[in-house]
Amino acid sequence: MIRFEPRSNPGPLLVYGVPVLAATIAILLAAIPLALAGAPIIEAYGLMISGAFGSVFSTSEMLTRATPLILTGLAAAIAFRAKLWNIGAEGQLYMGAMAAVAVGSGVIDGPSWVMIPVVIIAGMAAGALMLIGPTLLKTRLGVDEVVTTLLLNFIVLLFVQMMLEGALKDPMSMGWPQSEPIIDSAAFPALLERMRVHIGLLIALVSAIALAIFVKRTVWGFEIRAVGENAAAAKFSGISVTKTMILVAALSGGLAGLAGVSEVAGTRGYLATDLSPGYGYAGIVVAMLARLSPIGVIASALFVASVFVGADSMSRAIGVSSYLADLIVAMALLCVLIGGFLTRFRVHFDRKSAQG
Amino acid sequence: MSSAAHTSSETSQDLLLSLAGVTKRFGPLVANDAIDLTVHKGEIVALLGENGAGKTTLMNILFGHYVADEGTVTVAGRDGDLEQLEPGAPQAALDAGIGMVHQHFTLAENLTGLDNIVLGTEPIFRLRRDRSTARAKLGELMAGSGLNVDLDQPVHKLTVGEKQRVEILKALYRDARLLVLDEPTAVLTPQEADSLFAILRKLAATGLAVIIIAHKLAEVLAVSHRIAVLRGGAKVGEMKTSDANHKSIAELMVGREVPASRRTPREAGKPVITLADVIIDRGDSRRSLHGVNVTAREGEILGIAGVSGNGQAALAQLIAGLDKPDSGTVEIFGETITKFDAHTFAQNGIARIPEDRHHDGMVGSMTVAENIAIEDVRSPEYQKLGFLDFDAIRTRAEHAIADYDVRCPGPDAPARLLSGGNIQKLILARVLEKSPKLILANQPSRGLDVGAQSEVHRRLLEARQGGAAVILISEDLDELLTISDQIAVIHAGHITPAMPTDSIDRSELGLMMAGQKAAPHAPDGTTTTKPGETA
Repeated sequence: MIRFEPRSNPGPLLVYGVPVLAATIAILLAAIPLALAGAPIIEAYGLMISGAFGSVFSTSEMLTRATPLILTGLAAAIAFRAKLWNIGAEGQLYMGAMAAVAVGSGVIDGPSWVMIPVVIIAGMAAGALMLIGPTLLKTRLGVDEVVTTLLLNFIVLLFVQMMLEGALKDPMSMGWPQSEPIIDSAAFPALLERMRVHIGLLIALVSAIALAIFVKRTVWGFEIRAVGENAAAAKFSGISVTKTMILVAALSGGLAGLAGVSEVAGTRGYLATDLSPGYGYAGIVVAMLARLSPIGVIASALFVASVFVGADSMSRAIGVSSYLADLIVAMALLCVLIGGFLTRFRVHFDRKSAQG
Repeated sequence: MSSAAHTSSETSQDLLLSLAGVTKRFGPLVANDAIDLTVHKGEIVALLGENGAGKTTLMNILFGHYVADEGTVTVAGRDGDLEQLEPGAPQAALDAGIGMVHQHFTLAENLTGLDNIVLGTEPIFRLRRDRSTARAKLGELMAGSGLNVDLDQPVHKLTVGEKQRVEILKALYRDARLLVLDEPTAVLTPQEADSLFAILRKLAATGLAVIIIAHKLAEVLAVSHRIAVLRGGAKVGEMKTSDANHKSIAELMVGREVPASRRTPREAGKPVITLADVIIDRGDSRRSLHGVNVTAREGEILGIAGVSGNGQAALAQLIAGLDKPDSGTVEIFGETITKFDAHTFAQNGIARIPEDRHHDGMVGSMTVAENIAIEDVRSPEYQKLGFLDFDAIRTRAEHAIADYDVRCPGPDAPARLLSGGNIQKLILARVLEKSPKLILANQPSRGLDVGAQSEVHRRLLEARQGGAAVILISEDLDELLTISDQIAVIHAGHITPAMPTDSIDRSELGLMMAGQKAAPHAPDGTTTTKPGETA
């Protein structure tokens, strides 16, 4: 095992080149299922590109889709950096959305510059709490967080359903299980007139940059890196592993909660159980494609969103299943993982020799 | 251990392996420079050299993991004819009967010893496992060599020494005629090492050729027939072991005179740390202490001798601030400690050198500079408002790299690129730079080469001279007897009173380490364990 560890810093060409190459290969490989489905391949690719970038509207749709993916991608990236395997971003997203609705649908009101931060803080706090619980169970009792966070997703979704049938149900919804709408002062303003893309995108971009700086430049970021890379050495040096893990849980859960706020206050306007088509899970893929780099998450979220939006529109136009998008994203992930392994293996080969 | 005279059968028809003019370059680095090496049947050759001397590269070429730029590897076939080994083909090396025992074992922990040995030699598709042939063959091998180990135990239940035996059996089972052992004693206790050497001698007597890669001189002198010394990629010397002496080989390896570590007499000062009746019970003798009393004083090195797994880990955890006593007290500078916390300890003048420097001592993916500052990133010197002051961190690292001669590409290089000796220098730089009052050195020179070892000793002695108290936990008696002022013995969670090093008889120390002899009653009550408890 030890002999397969990476031994050197791969150059920037490899670090940035491999994911791009992997994504390209995955898109090219999509020709195989397209051909099997009997679709005209070149035309299908053209439709995919125009579906994601062909007009202001399609680009706006793509960016709207990318917004929650950046946030859940960041949530996964920071947690995985610290080896906290948070699979519960989906549940944290819904809790964040529910908290935003609870405070943002008329209970309190004020100007936008008060209400928008209020819904954001409420949503992030709810998401953070959702992950701090399992993290405490992990650090105190050694309970596997993969199991707890994963199962909490289903519990949260059922809880949201219950609330939407009860306390949070909109009396004006004609019986649909959905919440009262977010009031105007708490809603995220759109960035472009008559388009869906909203300031959630800016918040997501700022979050990515802030997180990158946080991890690289602050004491807490230092401690998170140390705990994630070698918890034993971090502990020996006097860093509290438990405290660091809780900080990571708060950040990761908070970012996933923020994705929920952004969806409910920016895109949808109200909470329903189909708010997220699996953004929490997709965030894991986004983070892995980005090799857990916060800035990289922006690029990989844009890639995943374009594939989804492009494939969606292509499938409607020529009548192939839109599951093709899932296929491309899955293949990109596999290509990145394989590429990452090959990079490390080759670099290690050189290193071992140099040590002699 | 002494350099006993060996008889080696060195006739040319017994030639088994010959490396001729092997050169390997990696970019500007010449890892192997025209190295010649021969090994005969029944011969034990020690390949000596410091870390980075080119030993591993040479062996990787032998095994086909690398292709040499120049030179040839020839192996005698089973009929005795010399044939050139296909370069870059590990399978060819295996077929030629070359077996390797790595320093880090390559065993599947959940499988039994037998499973591990036959793994890969059985056909994948079979109706029934018939291992009676394998057992018979292994039984013969064990009987002939003394490589006794319970083959039906899962490997994770075996001791380190037993695991190594499984590795050797694995190679022999595959009909190895040349066995290469990479640092075989690095993980063994002295007793285990002695029994390994006895086995190797027996095996050599039956015609097996052995190459031992090593950097511990005493062992090499005891077991080998011939010694080849590498330095900076070139072979700088080769001699019969009977003609070699400790000092000359050390100088050949290091390329300069190695200063002998020596204590200068010094009065011990006030007690720095006092453990009184400390009990730590973790239900496992390796991690428990049963009422120990220890005092370390200013300007004194207190050696803790013992066979590994007798409670050293518990003692080290306690002094490192990672564990707290179930009962009893720990006083540091006369103050009873109530908060056992690694951060507080590190910030209050306690330097801690971990036993496993790779596992506990550094974060491989972080930079050298970050690893040097890791204990202190929260202090105002290295951060402002939570943001790291990278200039201050880098400046400190630059000083540390220069003062402690840490060989690395620079302060921003990932720490995992460093060799073991340089990691240890990095840790020394991290903890000693702050003029600590108490130093916990847990196996500080284990696995290090001669030069790095002497450097560690020099630093510890320097700190002692400066008035620090040093607790040196070690399994290396030579190290303890050289630099400790006092030595206490730890056995089964009990620690004997400390005895002045000058009054200690080596063989008595050995008996005490084995728990067969109680310590003499110390005149000073503070360091006395209750009589009878040490038995």
